[in-house]
Amino acid sequence: MSATVLEARNINKHFRVPVDYHVLKDISFRVQQGEFVSVMGKSGCGKSTLLYILSTMDTNYEGELFLNGEKLSGKSGNELSIVRNAHIGFVFQFHYLLPEFTVLENVMLPARKLGKKTNEEIEHDAMEKLKLLNIGDKAKKLAVRISGGEKQRVAIARALINNPAILMCDEPTGNLDSQNSDNVFNLFRRLANEKKISLLVVTHDHDFANRTDRIIEMADGKIVK
Amino acid sequence: MNFPVIFSISRTHLLSRMKQTVTASLGVTFGIGAFIILVSFMTGLNEMLDGLILNRTPHIHLYNQITPSPEQPVDLADAFKSSFNVVQSIKPKRAQTRIHNGLPILNFLRNDSRVKGAVPQVVAQVFYVSGSIELNGIINGVDILEEDRLFSISDYIVQGSTLELARTENGIIIGAGVARKMSVKPGDIIQITTPSGNIFPLKIVGVYESGLADIDDIQSYANLKTAQKLLGQSDNFITDINVKLHDLELAKPMSDKLARQFGIAAIDINSANAQFETGSDIRNLITYAVSIALLIVAGFGIYNILNMLIYEKMNDIAILKATGFSGFDVKMIFMVEALIIGIAGGILGLIIGYVVSVIIDHTPFETQALPTIKTFPVNFNPLYYIIGIVFALVTTFLAGYMPASRAQRIDPVEIIRGQ
Repeated sequence: MSATVLEARNINKHFRVPVDYHVLKDISFRVQQGEFVSVMGKSGCGKSTLLYILSTMDTNYEGELFLNGEKLSGKSGNELSIVRNAHIGFVFQFHYLLPEFTVLENVMLPARKLGKKTNEEIEHDAMEKLKLLNIGDKAKKLAVRISGGEKQRVAIARALINNPAILMCDEPTGNLDSQNSDNVFNLFRRLANEKKISLLVVTHDHDFANRTDRIIEMADGKIVK
Repeated sequence: MNFPVIFSISRTHLLSRMKQTVTASLGVTFGIGAFIILVSFMTGLNEMLDGLILNRTPHIHLYNQITPSPEQPVDLADAFKSSFNVVQSIKPKRAQTRIHNGLPILNFLRNDSRVKGAVPQVVAQVFYVSGSIELNGIINGVDILEEDRLFSISDYIVQGSTLELARTENGIIIGAGVARKMSVKPGDIIQITTPSGNIFPLKIVGVYESGLADIDDIQSYANLKTAQKLLGQSDNFITDINVKLHDLELAKPMSDKLARQFGIAAIDINSANAQFETGSDIRNLITYAVSIALLIVAGFGIYNILNMLIYEKMNDIAILKATGFSGFDVKMIFMVEALIIGIAGGILGLIIGYVVSVIIDHTPFETQALPTIKTFPVNFNPLYYIIGIVFALVTTFLAGYMPASRAQRIDPVEIIRGQ
């Protein structure tokens, strides 16, 4: 059995405004290293909210969160941003690239923030990631000038630049056609199998989910399966 | 914090919004430029006007004042001590016009370390004679070279020079008004008669123009010896002593002390020209008030543009935070942008301010009042340039701080969820 990368213990979350609403109820689960997990559920069941908590961006919850055995709950915003930078890759439903920067610069940014390598090394790494995603030829283009599918892949490359322990995706294929969707799935598969990166993917796409290692199904703020 | 990354993000933001960046910078540029121009011009004028007064006015002026005795004989008599005495029609006592012991006082002053210089003066009432016309006049007998060193008299000599007077024993530097009325020029001989009826021919070696018609129509300068000779007096005859100090602030206490010590009248520059300092202070105040107003306007420009930028960049801020940039990093990105705008705009403002100052400095400005001034006076004190750039940085820092703090507080989840 491989090591636990991410563990959630009894996570509860309330939305206080406009009325008190218990959105996540006692969520507990683990993600192992190299495991490809998908989270499914109807709109509004709290899966995106859960993902934001797991990604450490949302700190307003009760319960405990561990990454690589380290407890993240209760850390300050600055400490969490360092953790996010080094260990968590995040891919949004919308592509969210910085439009004024080139594709390459977008991918390089988190690594430059981390500051563990020289600019040349980072550039080399970023090119590797882009090539891995078959968009090496777009590296010098401005992020606004590439297509939606390409943006999605750039976003994935950016999420991978610091070799995170876990990659979290919010509807990564929501805006992609089946061709691109397949490509993304195959890539994730490879990352999980070859690089032993854990994947936690929130999706509505049953076909996509069925091919993952495990499906966590949520309903009304609880894990049902 | 990783500064190069933050700087490169700031730079990209600014460069990709060149128009807004330039607009914001120009706000600062105009503010700083106007400040430099105003302050250089204003202080230049102030210094010149102050110089006009301060340079040629002695810090302490010693002279013999003709006044009635404050104590009348009846006040000294014991018999009338308890009574209320009224003395009518008191006349001033006849006294010598010269300063008693003038030369020893002069020596005493010259040996005082606080004194920059002390010069004797003999004031002689004369008539300038031209044919049948006699013009009323005053000749100041001075040690012309000392006078020039201490009171910059040569600034007001429009023809000839002080040196020529020093070389010519019976020379005279004549007031411009007198010269005009009598149509004489340097090189001519002018006849002077004294109240006692003596006639002296003096050679005109220069023309003096103070800008005040009342003075130029009457006053002339001659050597000390010449004036003494006109009055038929020996060389210990001195009517006035003008003192210049190293420190202007000492003028008041020193003049009081000298008056008591030597029993003569002494007047200090502050009592004589009290209004001047007030004028300068108020002009400076106006300069700074206008400049600060301009910079506040520029500051609001920056504040607006950064606010807009942050509003546009909500998504970017969210993504930066999601990928591991802390709130402080994000704040720094926008602070750096504000400061770059401030530095760029400020430096450009300094350059524009300098160039315009140079142009003003070369603009002809001729006035009767100031014969030696040919162009507008401008003060190129580097201190104002330092103040200018500090102003620019402080304004942009303050203007950038609030929007940047707002960016720091933006919750990425809210932005991402909102999509």
